[in-house]
Amino acid sequence: MTITPDMVAEHGLTADEYQTILDVMGREPTYVELGVFSVMWSEHCSYKSSRVHLKTLPTEGPTVLIGPGENAGAVDLGDGLAAVFKMESHNHPSYIEPYQGAATGVGGILRDVFTMGARPVANLNSLRFGRMDHPRTKHLMHGVVAGIGGYGNCMGIPTVGGELRFHETYDGNCLVNAFTCGVVDAERIFLGTAAGEGNPVFYVGARTGRDGIHGATMASESFDEGSEEKRPTVQVGDPFQEKLLLEACLELMGSDDCCIVGIQDMGAAGLTSSSVEMAGRGGAGLLLELDKIPVREEDMTPYELLLSESQERMLVVIKEGREDEVFAIFDKWDLTAAVVGRVTSDGVWRCSWHGEEVAAIPVTSLTDTAPVYDRPQARPDWQDEAQALPEVPEARDLGATLTALVADPEVCERRWIWRQYDHQVGTDTVVLPGGDAALVRIKGTDKFLAFATDCNGRHVFLDPHVGTAGAVAEGCRNLACVGATPLGLSDCLNFGNPENPAIMWQFARAIEGMGEACRELNVPVVSGNVSLYNETEGTSILPTPSVAVVGLYEGPIPTVSSRFPRAGLAVALLGTGEGHLGGSLYLATQHGLQRGMPPAVDYAAERALGDALRRLVADGLVETAHDLSDGGLGLGLAECCFQEPGSPGIGVVAALPGAGRADARLFGEDAGRVIIAYDPAREAEIRAACAGVPFTPLGETGGDRLRINDGGVAAVDVAVGALYKAWSDALPEALS
Amino acid sequence: MASTSSFDVAVITFPGSNCDADLRHAVDLVDGLSARAVWHKETDLGAPDAVLLPGGFSYGDYLRCGAIARFSPVMEEVIAFAGGGGPVLGICNGFQILTEAGLLPGALLANRDLKFLCQSVTLEVEGRETPFSRGLAGAKPLTMPIAHMDGNWYADDETAARVEGEGQIIFRYQGGSPNGARMDVAGLSNAAGNVVGMMPHPERACEDALGGADGLGLFQSLAGFLQSR
Repeated sequence: MTITPDMVAEHGLTADEYQTILDVMGREPTYVELGVFSVMWSEHCSYKSSRVHLKTLPTEGPTVLIGPGENAGAVDLGDGLAAVFKMESHNHPSYIEPYQGAATGVGGILRDVFTMGARPVANLNSLRFGRMDHPRTKHLMHGVVAGIGGYGNCMGIPTVGGELRFHETYDGNCLVNAFTCGVVDAERIFLGTAAGEGNPVFYVGARTGRDGIHGATMASESFDEGSEEKRPTVQVGDPFQEKLLLEACLELMGSDDCCIVGIQDMGAAGLTSSSVEMAGRGGAGLLLELDKIPVREEDMTPYELLLSESQERMLVVIKEGREDEVFAIFDKWDLTAAVVGRVTSDGVWRCSWHGEEVAAIPVTSLTDTAPVYDRPQARPDWQDEAQALPEVPEARDLGATLTALVADPEVCERRWIWRQYDHQVGTDTVVLPGGDAALVRIKGTDKFLAFATDCNGRHVFLDPHVGTAGAVAEGCRNLACVGATPLGLSDCLNFGNPENPAIMWQFARAIEGMGEACRELNVPVVSGNVSLYNETEGTSILPTPSVAVVGLYEGPIPTVSSRFPRAGLAVALLGTGEGHLGGSLYLATQHGLQRGMPPAVDYAAERALGDALRRLVADGLVETAHDLSDGGLGLGLAECCFQEPGSPGIGVVAALPGAGRADARLFGEDAGRVIIAYDPAREAEIRAACAGVPFTPLGETGGDRLRINDGGVAAVDVAVGALYKAWSDALPEALS
Repeated sequence: MASTSSFDVAVITFPGSNCDADLRHAVDLVDGLSARAVWHKETDLGAPDAVLLPGGFSYGDYLRCGAIARFSPVMEEVIAFAGGGGPVLGICNGFQILTEAGLLPGALLANRDLKFLCQSVTLEVEGRETPFSRGLAGAKPLTMPIAHMDGNWYADDETAARVEGEGQIIFRYQGGSPNGARMDVAGLSNAAGNVVGMMPHPERACEDALGGADGLGLFQSLAGFLQSR
């Protein structure tokens, strides 16, 4: 078959990229080889537009055991334990088929973690949808949430937290970012490497079908009206198969004198990318006998076998002569295992079909010579106008404004979502969903893992550098609220079309901001994922560099809560604010403006605040610690008052600090602020622990009303029950 | 293996079970009990003092929940153990398997609003005495979580009336069932009282640090029952 320019274009390769293929091959590729280059050089697999920027992120530090480049990153938890984690996007599939797209997103990230030998202990997710009244939003939300739950619940991995935001730019391009963390013996982390000439290559797990062919290429294109036709490229998940695969893999990995040389999940670009990446890391060659691949459909061609994205499959290289150990364990779990190839020493990735060679590509041609682009950047011409904050009228009835704000989809209660996730399986979930950070115990130790996901797309849009730094800072602050120290971070960088210089400018500035914040706050980036081309018919999503921060708390189980647990507590604000309205939820929802600069991050203040919070929690001094973000002090106080359904809540009487516009002081979103509540008898100890951190007494908990006084006059005086109803009814009503 | 001083509690692992480790952990928290993992392909159960069937998604729940697990090799032994009066508790998917195996009456249908439900519930304990509810009936209600897609217990009128009349309803949701279960049934026993199934997860409520320890009472009840025998 002769390769035509049309075939090249259909495979998403440019003419220049095809010329490079001709140069490195020294001949015309076969059709199969063209398909292989197409997926390996896709944006999704090669990071060709992002790589030059990602290289600038801090990826090392005393806690880092494994940084970016492997299936997931790993950080040291001490006492021989490690946390293995990563966040990954499944945006395009989820938009096309929400249930399966989201479900397989969870399945994929789980495999990335347990392929390294870690038993997954927590799932989180970061979701973005379009306007609540957009005709597609309800359908997408129902499907995505059910899909995430359907997969994680069946696997028995608790989904313990996450975040959800809405914006019109996601109307045609929702975001589904899934995060998994696992725990492993630090001495027994498995890597995705192929080495040792003659070692057998095992295929284990589900059989291969035609699902998901060219999924990686699809994820590297923008959407248009024809995207619905891509439904067949969405994979179908089978969490039961994956549960068996998890147990079988961990059993194989758990034996003393383990036979595994390397193991890797077949994710995007399936068999191709897993085998090529393993050979690349091991500096080896590989021969795949494609006719030996277990299939579940008839007449599959080598091309289809190589590009299928069927789920729940792994590639394992083991020590020669130990094959029976693999067969025995996979038999026990009723799973397929087959030897499909061998490791070779010539550095060439070869595939045969009934004895005939159908592909032979030097491994380094696929990996090292993959295109790398430093794409043009240009500051958008509307950026200056967006950053200018116009005068807005001052809200008069702050109580009514607060009642409206709590019911906004951006901040209203998420119980409708997390009630569909099994968040307690594993019996280690200490802080249930809805808190500032999730907290998961590691049985048999005094260690607890803390997790938070954050990203305010409005802030990033207005200033990508500051907004992204703010997301990192907020994640670290969320962790500090449960007493944890950040150890590492995984990112999921969702942006528009990188060939648009304005988008590339957003991307580059966001990475700068992330790198700066990670260095300043001492939290290295150990894994992550880039999702570009998130645009539909010319509309780009808000730049959304989601971050998932992982931290550690050691000691007796922390008793701090993000709510007021009882009446009679003193309430104080840590940190300061000038009433920063730029980029705020108040401005967006009450004035229809997405304008101004996002709140600046003061790293020294963040570090001092984090240290103070960790002291307060470790010493059991505070009963409440709650980070202020969207909706500022007003919303933060309301959230602290809310309790479980059926409870009237815990009221508070507080004084609004500062001077100037009351609406700005109440709803402004200055960074680095946390509400604490404590037994007033311990005020002296609290103040000592908070030395160096601005400390403003606010008031006292009690009663059943949220009352905020300004200059001795009630600026807000509303029943907590009424506020709670507005907050908790909003999502179920919108989705009914 | 169980130590000589403690009772041997077999916890079955089916393919797709995912609360088996949690259940063993909870059992081992109780003085006098020692959990033992049993793979579903075993044809010899050993000589357990009690058998527990954990929650999860056996065989993916792709057919009716529990409909395939009920044919696992080990189930013949479980059915024989139950027939001999041995204490058997099925939790969530374990409850579904016990109804499919005919050891407990009724069936578990999809939740009323067709969504997975993970939340805390409060249970009234009532009915006849069982090895898992000694001294709990009529005492203070128990709080523990549910987490299921198919927990809507259903039985025909005649069965429902008999179950109620014979005091076989052991756990009832306080304030109405969240999943549509007939008569607010959260858990029930067989006619002999030695086999109990329940949708809520007592093993998830065994430590104050995790928000409550009401579930521990069921396992302490089992330990007391075995000692008194």
